[in-house]
Amino acid sequence: MYAYDEIDRTLVNERVSEFRDQVKRRLSGELTEDEFKILRLQNGVYLQLHAYMFRVAIPYGTLATNQLRALAHVARKYDRGYGHFTTRQNIQFNWIKLAELPDALEDLAKVGIHAMQTSGNNMRNVTSDQWAGVAPGEIEDPRIWSELIRQHTTLHPEFSFLPRKFKIAITASDHDRAAIKIHDIGLKLIKNEKGETGFEVLVGGGLGRTPFIGKTIKHFVHGRDILSYIEAILRVYNQYGRRDNIYKARIKILVHELGIEKFSREVEEEWQHIRNSSLQIDDEVIEDIRSRFSYPNYEKLPHMPDELRQAAADADFEAWRKNSVAPHKVQGYSIVTISLKPIGKPPGDATAEQMEALADLADKYSFGEIRVGHEQNLALPHVAKRDLPALWKALDKLGLATPNVNLITDIIACPGLDYCSLANARSIPIAQELTRRFANHELANLIGRLHINISGCINACGHHHVGHIGILGVEKNGEEVYQITIGGRADENAALGTLIGPGVKFDEVADVIEDVVEAYLALRERPEELFMDTVKRLGVEPFKERVYATR
Amino acid sequence: MPLVNGGKIVDDSFVKLAVDTPLPEGGDILVPAERFIAEADALLKRTGKVGVIWPNNRDIDELVPYLGKVAAVALVFPTFRDGRAYSQARLLRERYNYRGELRATGQILRDQFVFMLRAGFDSFEVKKQADAEAFMQTAKRYSVFYQPTGDGRITALHRRMQLRHSEGVGT
Repeated sequence: MYAYDEIDRTLVNERVSEFRDQVKRRLSGELTEDEFKILRLQNGVYLQLHAYMFRVAIPYGTLATNQLRALAHVARKYDRGYGHFTTRQNIQFNWIKLAELPDALEDLAKVGIHAMQTSGNNMRNVTSDQWAGVAPGEIEDPRIWSELIRQHTTLHPEFSFLPRKFKIAITASDHDRAAIKIHDIGLKLIKNEKGETGFEVLVGGGLGRTPFIGKTIKHFVHGRDILSYIEAILRVYNQYGRRDNIYKARIKILVHELGIEKFSREVEEEWQHIRNSSLQIDDEVIEDIRSRFSYPNYEKLPHMPDELRQAAADADFEAWRKNSVAPHKVQGYSIVTISLKPIGKPPGDATAEQMEALADLADKYSFGEIRVGHEQNLALPHVAKRDLPALWKALDKLGLATPNVNLITDIIACPGLDYCSLANARSIPIAQELTRRFANHELANLIGRLHINISGCINACGHHHVGHIGILGVEKNGEEVYQITIGGRADENAALGTLIGPGVKFDEVADVIEDVVEAYLALRERPEELFMDTVKRLGVEPFKERVYATR
Repeated sequence: MPLVNGGKIVDDSFVKLAVDTPLPEGGDILVPAERFIAEADALLKRTGKVGVIWPNNRDIDELVPYLGKVAAVALVFPTFRDGRAYSQARLLRERYNYRGELRATGQILRDQFVFMLRAGFDSFEVKKQADAEAFMQTAKRYSVFYQPTGDGRITALHRRMQLRHSEGVGT
């Protein structure tokens, strides 16, 4: 947990007062909507189909319980009693009133939460592994560096008006839970042969209309140089990124058009000018940030407590434990993922009551800490194994114990045409229907790990390109049509999915997905062969044949 | 359009020339980059200050040989969402040590003042009178800065180090 100091608090308060003034000038007509648009976007405020939408940052996915309660308070006081967790460690409120926004921001600022740069053409919320600091085998806690970069990218005087949005993600584990390969800059924390901390730097990943997997631009950048290296990338991008066409303005297009070699030479040249400047960070700075992260005082606990042994007789508990509970780096503790994907409900939503109750549970069972992951689920990062049965019962009462983490009903979806002014098609109803089709836990379990991602337009907020099964809604002759891809993934082996055939109508999507899954069950060599592996082994053809044979 | 320089609204001594405006006898002139590069010798020989209007898509390196001779560089924000000139400004100030007037032109609103000051601008052609009048107040809006730039404002990281050390002395 990172605790703001007086300096951080002052900046957030100054930002809130600036935004209050901007809203006032907009309401009085002193600012035109065109002028105000950029300013509100820099504070996470979009104008959607029905109302303003307000996106709040949860940097690197770490929340304290008082912060989660403040989010619940905002949901209740300024919105309609719920919030929506996004794929980038943000939460969105969909029904906010412009005149009340400054108050909502002020309430959040009191607990060290802000909405700076959660939209607009600037450096967005820095994201990381939701298991940071607790995952076994992690090199070191990537949140220290995430926080350093969060500060450096906040209100940056040179890079607040970039050609397009810019997203940075960091991981320190071999298994990438932060999807760094689909970010503008992806950072993989590594050690060099001297044991010094640094980063493999990837650049130019991204989804949207023209998806690319990020490419390695430098195999090792020393930790002390990471700010200057990022600054060099951004300076090249700010000057040469395209501004003539919004669809070609992301850094991925610049990297693609120049080629990674030429692009990296440009960055290298710029970096040599600035690497030995005040951007260089010494160990003391890192230590200072580290000192404001607090870590739990873990107890010495047995690997297999009696409570857990006894609960194993309960099939429902076991079903939940098997997919929601993951190993922790400290013996006797677990990481618990909280599914926000109940059957028949929109993915990623949580009510104010759920948030508050979860905050209470985190205080009781997880040292007051909650995490948010890009899969639109939450996690309790430090749960003693002996508490798992009691926690499960409490979660179940709140509707937060759906045993489907990483299964086919753990769907990632954007808000789609139900809320979003950019969308061409609905996403949420597709997700809801799919969760009903695969509601049977035995069936979902038999299928095994399978991620479905749904986007309601080409902007790809639902990350459909990297879903094991991706569903993209488009508009064709006034109708919603959905394109289905398979074989995508967002982890360390990130890949873009391949289209399996012509688009299908809204009513047919769930049938087609059922056919894809049936094809997989028939084609897999053995039950342990995951969907991804079958697609990898056979390619898309056999799926295409089976799904489209009768259509 | 009011000009803010040194924190105050001032009269603009510079006259902007187009590519083909006849050269006035005396007085201060701001000349488009293209014309400046073509006629540099003649322009710099006349009495009166010479400044150059440098577009945001033209490499600043080309201007470097003249930096000791021009009195002003005007950088351009065609819209306030186009931020290329922030990089040009920092390069001029921090890499090439340009110390003359650095003017922001184009769509300049009060909401950019702090960013611009931090990037090295000291002169602003402000779109709206009310924004120009609010300059000093707006410039003081922030007291905390996370990034080191050439403006010399102390950064948050630096301030924390000072605090750590001063606390260390006391204990």
